[in-house]
Amino acid sequence: MAVSPIPVNKKPYAVKIMTLAVSPKAVARRSLAQWLSSLAGHVLPPLITLAFLMVFWEIICSSPTASVPPPSRVVSETWELIIHPFYVGQGVDQGLFWHILASLKRVAFGYCLAAIAGIALGTLVGQSDWAMRGLDPIFQVLRTVPPLAWLPLSLAAFKDGNPSAIFVIFITAIWPIIINTAVGIRNIPQDYQNVAKVLRLNQFEYFTKIMIPAAAPYIFTGLRIGIGLSWLAIVAAEMLIGGVGIGFFIWDAWNSSRISDIILALIYVGIVGYLLDRAIAFLAKTVTRNTASA
Amino acid sequence: MSKPYLSLEQIDMVFSRGGTTTPVLNQVSLTVEKGDFISIIGHSGCGKSTLLNIVAGLTTATRGVVFLDGAVVDAPGPDRAVVFQNHSLLPWLTVYENVKLAVDKVFSATKSRAERHEWTMRNLELVQMVHAKDKHPAEVSGGMKQRVGIARALAMEPKVLLLDEPFGALDALTRAHLQDQVMQIHAELANTVLMITHDVDEAVLLSDRIVMMTNGPSARIGEILHVPLLRPRRRIELASDATYIRCRSAVLKFLYERHRLVEAA
Repeated sequence: MAVSPIPVNKKPYAVKIMTLAVSPKAVARRSLAQWLSSLAGHVLPPLITLAFLMVFWEIICSSPTASVPPPSRVVSETWELIIHPFYVGQGVDQGLFWHILASLKRVAFGYCLAAIAGIALGTLVGQSDWAMRGLDPIFQVLRTVPPLAWLPLSLAAFKDGNPSAIFVIFITAIWPIIINTAVGIRNIPQDYQNVAKVLRLNQFEYFTKIMIPAAAPYIFTGLRIGIGLSWLAIVAAEMLIGGVGIGFFIWDAWNSSRISDIILALIYVGIVGYLLDRAIAFLAKTVTRNTASA
Repeated sequence: MSKPYLSLEQIDMVFSRGGTTTPVLNQVSLTVEKGDFISIIGHSGCGKSTLLNIVAGLTTATRGVVFLDGAVVDAPGPDRAVVFQNHSLLPWLTVYENVKLAVDKVFSATKSRAERHEWTMRNLELVQMVHAKDKHPAEVSGGMKQRVGIARALAMEPKVLLLDEPFGALDALTRAHLQDQVMQIHAELANTVLMITHDVDEAVLLSDRIVMMTNGPSARIGEILHVPLLRPRRRIELASDATYIRCRSAVLKFLYERHRLVEAA
């Protein structure tokens, strides 16, 4: 071949100069294209799966004798509910937004109480061997009691549906919060304790400056499990106590054989549960982004 | 006769766990004058970290007393600041906040808010970490973390600075750089320093005296070597210095001839 090595070596330099000459606009365009393709990579697979499931559901439920309606019929039968979420009527005849809001209020109330009591009890159990030995066996037994089993007892105690439902949320969410907080407190590295000792931090300073930040990742794990369980329990509890709430809405729909309404409500329950989980996960990420051991 | 600044008197340490007792330290006595830089060297498991923890007050000796500036040491405190081997910075605080936590605690009564900020910055300047003051420990290198650990300890204005293998986890170049910084700080502030190490060159380069420990169990002080090198010391010149070489080989002979670590095969 007649090609000398020199021009071959020169080529990369020429390419480099051309790259440097690319305008910032073109760079921006390229990064936008990259961003779009990465977005498509994440959004397309779930959309395709969803479309596939819908088609599958439509086909197997399309016969007139099917006991579960296909998606097309669900949408047409619940269209009023979908487009009027803020409808206000008499008694339990409310738009879906109000049902979900009522459920969320109960969960928020019970869950916040569980978070406060759970972190406090978890700290106690994590810090004191005596509290650990005394309380842990009780916690281990009580946490296996299914949420709904508490409902009759709390109805007997509170003599009203709403506080009973809140109590069920509380008692459901508190166990993972207690246990994870206690584990977090027990796992505070000896190094941090030594630092606290050398600095002669008092109990309060140790609690706020070392213990809570060091245990935060564990506490948030407990909080995240707790919110999921709360949302599971509220739907079941509301089916029994009645009133406005997404759980009773589902039960009411079943009693009136409105299967499409049930399916729509289930989708909403799932989405809200997912959003609650993401919200706590986001909070955890914001608060504990620097607590990972360095 | 005046009492020495820091003195360890007849320290015995016995660990007992579940019926079995392990003697770790046996009759360790040591006196340190103000401004001394003392290294404690020995093979792993010889109880040198235990000895440092006793001086720090983190561990209580079975028998024996530690006196510092006329008072008995019985609890940890900021007058005996420790630089831990693994830096022990709090990862949720920034570099600045880690030092500030110590400054706020130690000088809460004696310094104003502005003075405490000033003092925190002074100590960060001392270890040349001002540029990274708003970073979190996870965002800086291992050597930088250790420098912040040193700044935190220095900021407490301790009577004695305790260094627990401070450079053990660092690469050789970073270690040399930090050793030079520690020498410079020692020249500037004339702190009393007690350093645990297993690096012979580090011990000879930095110390006024090297305390050599025999192997455990029941470790004791085997020998104390004076290092009569003038300060400031420069590592390149010392490499061919006769006194340096003599001291170095004395420590090596102690560690590898007379007190070889008998490996449990």
